[in-house]
Amino acid sequence: MSDPRAATTPVGAPALRLQGISKRFGEVRANTDISLTLAQGEILGLLGENGAGKTTLISILFGHYVADAGQIEVFGKPLEPGSQRAAIAAGIGLVHQHFTLAANLSVLDNVLVGTESLWQAASARQAARARLRTLSEKFGLRVDPDVPVHRLSVGEQQRVEILKSLYRQARVLVLDEPTAVLTPGESITLFDTLRKMAAAGLSVILISHKLDEVLRVADQVAVLRAGELVAQRAARDLDRATLAELMVGRRVVRPTRKPLPVGDVVWSMRDAGLGGQGGRSHLRGATLDVHAHEIVGVVGVAGNGQQALLELACGMRAPRAGAALLRGQIVDKPRHRSLRAAGLARIPEDRHREGVVGDLALWHNAIIEDLADPRFSSWGWLRKAAALDYTRQLIQDFDIRCAGPEQKTRLLSGGNMQKLIVGRGLAAQPTFIVASQPVRGLDEGAIADVHARLLAARERGAAVLLVTDDLDEALELSDRIVVIQNGRLSAPIAAQDYDVATIGLLMLSEQGETHAA
Amino acid sequence: MNEAIDLFFTASLWAAVFRIATPLIFGMLGELICERAGVVNLGIEGIMTFGALSAWLAVFHGCDLWTGMLVAAASGAAFGLLHALLTVPMAQSQHVTGLGITLLATSLVSFIYRLAVPAKSTPPTIMPFQPVDLPFLNAPFLAATAPTYLALGLAAVVAYVLWRTPLGLAIRMAGEHPQGAQAQGINVLILRTGCVMVGSAIMALGGAFLSLAAFNSFVINMVQGRGWMALALVVFGAWRPGLALLGALLYAWFDAYQLRLQHVFPGVPYQIFLMAPYVLSIAVLIPMSRRASGPQALMMPFVKGER
Amino acid sequence: MRLERRNAPPASLILLSIGLVVGLMALSGSALIYAAGAPVWASWGAMFTGAFGSKLAITETLTRATPLMFTGLACALAFRSRLWNIGAEGQLYAGALAVAALGSGAIDAPAVVLIPLVMFAAALAGAAMLLGPALLKRYMNVDDVVTTLLLNFIMALFVSIMIQGPMRDPLAMGWPQSMHVLDSITLDKLISQSRLHTGLLLGLALCALLALVESRSVFGLQRRAVGLNPHAAHFAGIPATRVLLWTAVGSGGLAGLAGAVEVMGLRGYVAGDLSPGYGYAGVIVAMLAQLHPLGVPAAAMLVASVFVGADAMSRAFNVPSFIADVMVSLSLLSMMGASFFLSYRVRR
Repeated sequence: MSDPRAATTPVGAPALRLQGISKRFGEVRANTDISLTLAQGEILGLLGENGAGKTTLISILFGHYVADAGQIEVFGKPLEPGSQRAAIAAGIGLVHQHFTLAANLSVLDNVLVGTESLWQAASARQAARARLRTLSEKFGLRVDPDVPVHRLSVGEQQRVEILKSLYRQARVLVLDEPTAVLTPGESITLFDTLRKMAAAGLSVILISHKLDEVLRVADQVAVLRAGELVAQRAARDLDRATLAELMVGRRVVRPTRKPLPVGDVVWSMRDAGLGGQGGRSHLRGATLDVHAHEIVGVVGVAGNGQQALLELACGMRAPRAGAALLRGQIVDKPRHRSLRAAGLARIPEDRHREGVVGDLALWHNAIIEDLADPRFSSWGWLRKAAALDYTRQLIQDFDIRCAGPEQKTRLLSGGNMQKLIVGRGLAAQPTFIVASQPVRGLDEGAIADVHARLLAARERGAAVLLVTDDLDEALELSDRIVVIQNGRLSAPIAAQDYDVATIGLLMLSEQGETHAA
Repeated sequence: MNEAIDLFFTASLWAAVFRIATPLIFGMLGELICERAGVVNLGIEGIMTFGALSAWLAVFHGCDLWTGMLVAAASGAAFGLLHALLTVPMAQSQHVTGLGITLLATSLVSFIYRLAVPAKSTPPTIMPFQPVDLPFLNAPFLAATAPTYLALGLAAVVAYVLWRTPLGLAIRMAGEHPQGAQAQGINVLILRTGCVMVGSAIMALGGAFLSLAAFNSFVINMVQGRGWMALALVVFGAWRPGLALLGALLYAWFDAYQLRLQHVFPGVPYQIFLMAPYVLSIAVLIPMSRRASGPQALMMPFVKGER
Repeated sequence: MRLERRNAPPASLILLSIGLVVGLMALSGSALIYAAGAPVWASWGAMFTGAFGSKLAITETLTRATPLMFTGLACALAFRSRLWNIGAEGQLYAGALAVAALGSGAIDAPAVVLIPLVMFAAALAGAAMLLGPALLKRYMNVDDVVTTLLLNFIMALFVSIMIQGPMRDPLAMGWPQSMHVLDSITLDKLISQSRLHTGLLLGLALCALLALVESRSVFGLQRRAVGLNPHAAHFAGIPATRVLLWTAVGSGGLAGLAGAVEVMGLRGYVAGDLSPGYGYAGVIVAMLAQLHPLGVPAAAMLVASVFVGADAMSRAFNVPSFIADVMVSLSLLSMMGASFFLSYRVRR
């Protein structure tokens, strides 16, 4: 289908040129004087740690924000700022990190919505379906148009997100952290797709914080740090170490794990089974031991039973089959209070949603898991003074930057909020720690801090169950790795036997493809 | 007992079914449009009441019946705009705003009515809609008035729009995933506001039907909770016009039947029969709410820029 | 254009919004008075004197504020936990019926036993009415707004059955009503030759008690957590169901007490018009008080003064007293509009 815009594009014009983009939010300088060029048919990797300004830049490109200074040219023509419609019309497509798909609607619905004039009397669904099929085959993004989205796997949903932009004739495709939710194998498939698109004339911006992947697929790499562009070079001229240093500004020192002799079993599952809500979040026949002085990492693509495993380990639900034991005691009726007393600490994966109640004060959130503790309450009345003291101690011990224990928790930065959550869990010297995605969305400094605390707890004798979809994190921290796939746990892999390829294979489903197209 | 069964077959029963169902259908359709777009409109009871009053007042002062309906629709749209303003761009609680609108509308109705009709006199009557025969639909026993046919036709139109047009798809997307709709270039704020206004206009028609067709004048408390029953019907119909329409007819049948049962069982206090519609509304909600897959973003305010 | 959450609104903005709300009420009220053909200034004057202009006026306002305090507390308690109790009206009548049933001679006991007993019964009756919808909401995902609302209609019909049937007062002429309650449980007057009774003190005491519970008790913290972020509360091990059910008991109980207090302190019997919408007004009182128990007495006074003043205005100038309902609901809506500007800032 010929693109009418091709006629008016000056030959050889770069697909995208940003000049001097700056944006401030109050005190924070999100982007400072950023100038970037993206050639036609090129794949540009945009790297930066969390908080470096990648999201802001892309939001400006897509019209969500208006830059304070600077301009953007798409194929030689200036882009109207602050208008999403203009961005879409100019050919910019954004594949969001958190998918913007309606679960109850079909694939075709999700792709079609907004592409036809709202005043049209009837939707041209047949034509749309045919066109979608054509695009699907051309780029190898196989998916059934009439399936409701909630029945798709995460990888398939991502294909739909990409197809949305292709359907709208995007010529510049921006992918925001696309591999965060994919297995290593699926990531490779994605990169093949990207290369096919680049060969067909599309330009791609790949936003990521995963250095190896970017080096593998990108032609050019641009690095953002603290809102500034610190480098734009060809990928072949860069290596991992240089990139890491560029991203963080100093030699990255992540805490290292010293091998330790393991202690007794602290927590275990024996053939445990647990049903979940909707197809894949369930657990079957799971057996696992976690010892003192040990970190066991559970990796897998999101939605393969991690939720059920976490609920079991956190004592939020009792197993339907089999048993879970904490310190030798069977956990059959989840009693938060007794589990706390037995030394359980938990770090939830979504700090805003499950970790804290944002509108309550810091001291409320500090004691919220321990309301029955005689330190903090007596006869049903809160002991505010004691709670405030405890909170101040936490603030000091865990270096939480805040305005005092009475401050609203919502106002804390992500890193400090996570420090509070980690702190309140670790302050009681727990024997069993369940950590789910503990460093998601944090900057390098905060990541190093949280990892250091987990490792310190492990040295002290705690048993740690780490559930993460960041394979790098698991490889760095865990003494043993277990792969979870479709509710089943693989045999534990010891540290000396770590092999990314094998682990990646284990993450895929037995049937090969996750959903019959 | 034979009498109770005989009732089943009287023509007047079926005429009553359509007469009772019509305001419910209008109310249900109006609310369905609002909720499909993601906004719950608890102003429905007040909007229907105000629709009944405004239509009747217009006709009483000389307008013809259809102009009266139009006046009611306009008043509904006005209240809808107020509701939308507070809940859509201003992202306030949809529950409380809706209740506030119902209270405002019903109190305005009482105020205006007291001014228009001096107390202690019987409310003046108007000449209501008469039963109409459609040329292609020969059903004289239904004794259905024009607004009833309008309600049925509207149900078909709403279903068509929602499932077969780009606008309908955009509306459903706004109700399921407003961020996604926004990402596809749809202005969710304007769309939701428009839907609430249109939905409220349709709701008001339900009230107008009461004062212009079902009865021939207006009394305070005329709507008697029909707005809330329409809310229950939307859930009962799983947010689909066809199913909800069926529910409205079923419901009206039950109501018509029990009204006549009163004569058959004179010993039972009449209040028990009057309770039946409300009890039924609660009863139908129970099984349907369990598996409710309503629009995912229902009741969630859409704040641009907040992720 | 997008919205950004404010941390704390500046005091100037707060004052501005209060001014806006009051201004809107004044404007709309004047428009309605004008529409009714009455002199605007004089009508406002009549309203103020009717509410505050004399000792009798003030006691009348306080009397009217008493049930509003109870229903306002009931709604504030429930709404904070996202339990939308719109059924305070029905719960009020349930409490009233309980008092009338037990307190008109059925039980023979001294006042010091009977008074707490019938009050407890009233609270129980109100609580029972709200427990149903609460359970349906928790276990069956049924919308609590609709169920509590529909129950109001059902309750009204039930009251009608009772006072026309088993509880009917055979000596009453005209409209049906229940038998009079015993003198022993009639609440004392606070100020002689007025209608103000000790129910007011009970209401104020409950406001203070609830404020204490909300801010200083474990249950209060649990409630706030569940209301603000149910996911986090669940994760933290707070028993959401138990919190919800106790909240329902408390809220329904308070509304039931409203009915008790009206019967024992004011009317002495149950009639179909015992409550001119106190349950619904309670929603407005709660919202005006920003769901704070300490704000409820002031909000109840404000709403009561509008109603009492409107009655006086209607007697003096024939302005329909419904003007009070219009003004009060408008104040709610405009307060929500103002709330927006206080919570968000509009940014490019």
